[in-house]
Amino acid sequence: MTIPQISVFLENKAGQLADITGILSENQVNMRAINIAETTDYGVLRLIVDDAAKASSILLEQGFILTMTPVVGVAVPDTPGGLSKVLGVISGAGIDVEYMYSVFGQKDGLACMIFRVADSDALTAVLEQNGISTIAGEDLGLH
Amino acid sequence: MERYYQQEIETADREQILAWQNERLVKQVRHVWDNVPYYRAKMEEKGVTPEDIQSVEDLHKLPFLTKDDLRDAYPYGLLARPLKDCVRIQSTSGTTGRRVVAFYTQHDIDLWEDCCARAIVAAGGTDEDVCHVCYGYGLFTGGPGLNGGSHKVGCLTLPMSSGNTDRQLQFMVDLGSTILCCTPSYAAFLAESIHERGLRDQIKLKAGIFGAEAWSEEMRQDIQNKLGIKAYDIYGLTETSGPGVSFECSEQTGMHINEDHFIAEIIDPDTGEVLPEGSKGELVFTSITKEAFPLLRYRTRDICVLTRKKCSCGRTHVKMSKPMGRSDDMLIVKGVNVFPSQIETVLLEQGYPANYQIIVDRVNNSDTIEVMVEMSPENFSDNLGKITAMEKSLVSALKAMLGIYAKVRLVAPKSITRSEGKAVRVIDKRKI
Repeated sequence: MTIPQISVFLENKAGQLADITGILSENQVNMRAINIAETTDYGVLRLIVDDAAKASSILLEQGFILTMTPVVGVAVPDTPGGLSKVLGVISGAGIDVEYMYSVFGQKDGLACMIFRVADSDALTAVLEQNGISTIAGEDLGLH
Repeated sequence: MERYYQQEIETADREQILAWQNERLVKQVRHVWDNVPYYRAKMEEKGVTPEDIQSVEDLHKLPFLTKDDLRDAYPYGLLARPLKDCVRIQSTSGTTGRRVVAFYTQHDIDLWEDCCARAIVAAGGTDEDVCHVCYGYGLFTGGPGLNGGSHKVGCLTLPMSSGNTDRQLQFMVDLGSTILCCTPSYAAFLAESIHERGLRDQIKLKAGIFGAEAWSEEMRQDIQNKLGIKAYDIYGLTETSGPGVSFECSEQTGMHINEDHFIAEIIDPDTGEVLPEGSKGELVFTSITKEAFPLLRYRTRDICVLTRKKCSCGRTHVKMSKPMGRSDDMLIVKGVNVFPSQIETVLLEQGYPANYQIIVDRVNNSDTIEVMVEMSPENFSDNLGKITAMEKSLVSALKAMLGIYAKVRLVAPKSITRSEGKAVRVIDKRKI
């Protein structure tokens, strides 16, 4: 089970991020998770939004460069050691995590983390075998 | 009291210089006609034979040579002597397409080193001096040229080559260097370092011979004040031998061209027409003494002015101004020739769009070059590591092509300024 993520190229200059969030806000797109990876000159903005198809077509129209990537939402117990246990399972299965970040808010004592790996199905299977649930898009309010 | 390396030649009257030029030109044209089929074909195409060239006045009848010819004839097409007579090559940076490979016989090396020796003596050099050469050694002509000239003058020569500032300063202090030869930007950098480390009263420098890149009068004053020396300009290009084609004297108002070896013309870069003395135009050189690689009417693309005004140093050879620009798009960065087309080639090879901008600047007296490249959908990834890896591979490819480090800056699509639909490829912020 995967969730669509939008990654946008950001040049490190004033106002770039504000431009994007402004465009999304004008178009009533709600962000569920946001993460930025950057070097001194540029960065990659990663977004989980309620309507990925709409957001990506609007951003493309505005001339941004972006790519859509499937990522896995993982329900992580919101207690000390919760994430450590999940990561232990993933590394035990020999799966490399390219990057991960968290989703705003939590529910029923579970935090949601987004994981990007090469093989999302393999990750989902490993987690389920170990009693860790993945989170569906609908649970995050995605259309 | 002005001193000369070859007084009779350097102070010869105009008639004598012309007599040498006439005799040597006629001989050289015959030599080229007989030995360089490439140039002979160009002459035939223009309907010119060696008999048509009786003196310097006939020079304008000869066809020009350009960098394109050098590319077409690479590597041996302009060679006028059998390889067994050649003892050296020197070369410019750049790819095969833009690389210049020049050949020298021992005679050619001798004359080149004489020219450099003239420059060193004009800067006050004698056999008592310690000549510190930190131009690059190797294929680049800077190091070998000044090194040879320094030997001829009898200076104690320090073949430092470029880089390793700590070692440069240590030798300068320990061995008492008196004449510094390097690019003006490196001289300015050394001056800063000497100032910062408080070494000023431990150095014995009295003069510097700085070339291979453009520098301003302000930069000269700055270097002179910081180091307490006189700073002299020197000019040359690999195509004609290397540094020493012309050099400054005590008057510091232009560079005397060694007219016994080179005939200089100023032409209109658009029409090719020879312009009257004192006009600003493109400098063209004819080598009249070189054996192995004798270029006739080679277009340098440097824009400058020639003057025959009497010089207080007593030298009679014509003086050229500092180059005021180029009639092509070549940039000189850190003394290295850079063509935008080379950068474009690398970008296309690496899968980037040909939408780029080159920004050249001078930071702390050192040239910097930055290539702005627009990110494209094909090159974008959600994985930052992949983007930085691609960026690194682009930086290495540029280094391999240009021979110098160029910073790469990935920018958002359509963020490179276009003026009237045409991209501005080069922004040179250096105040020269």
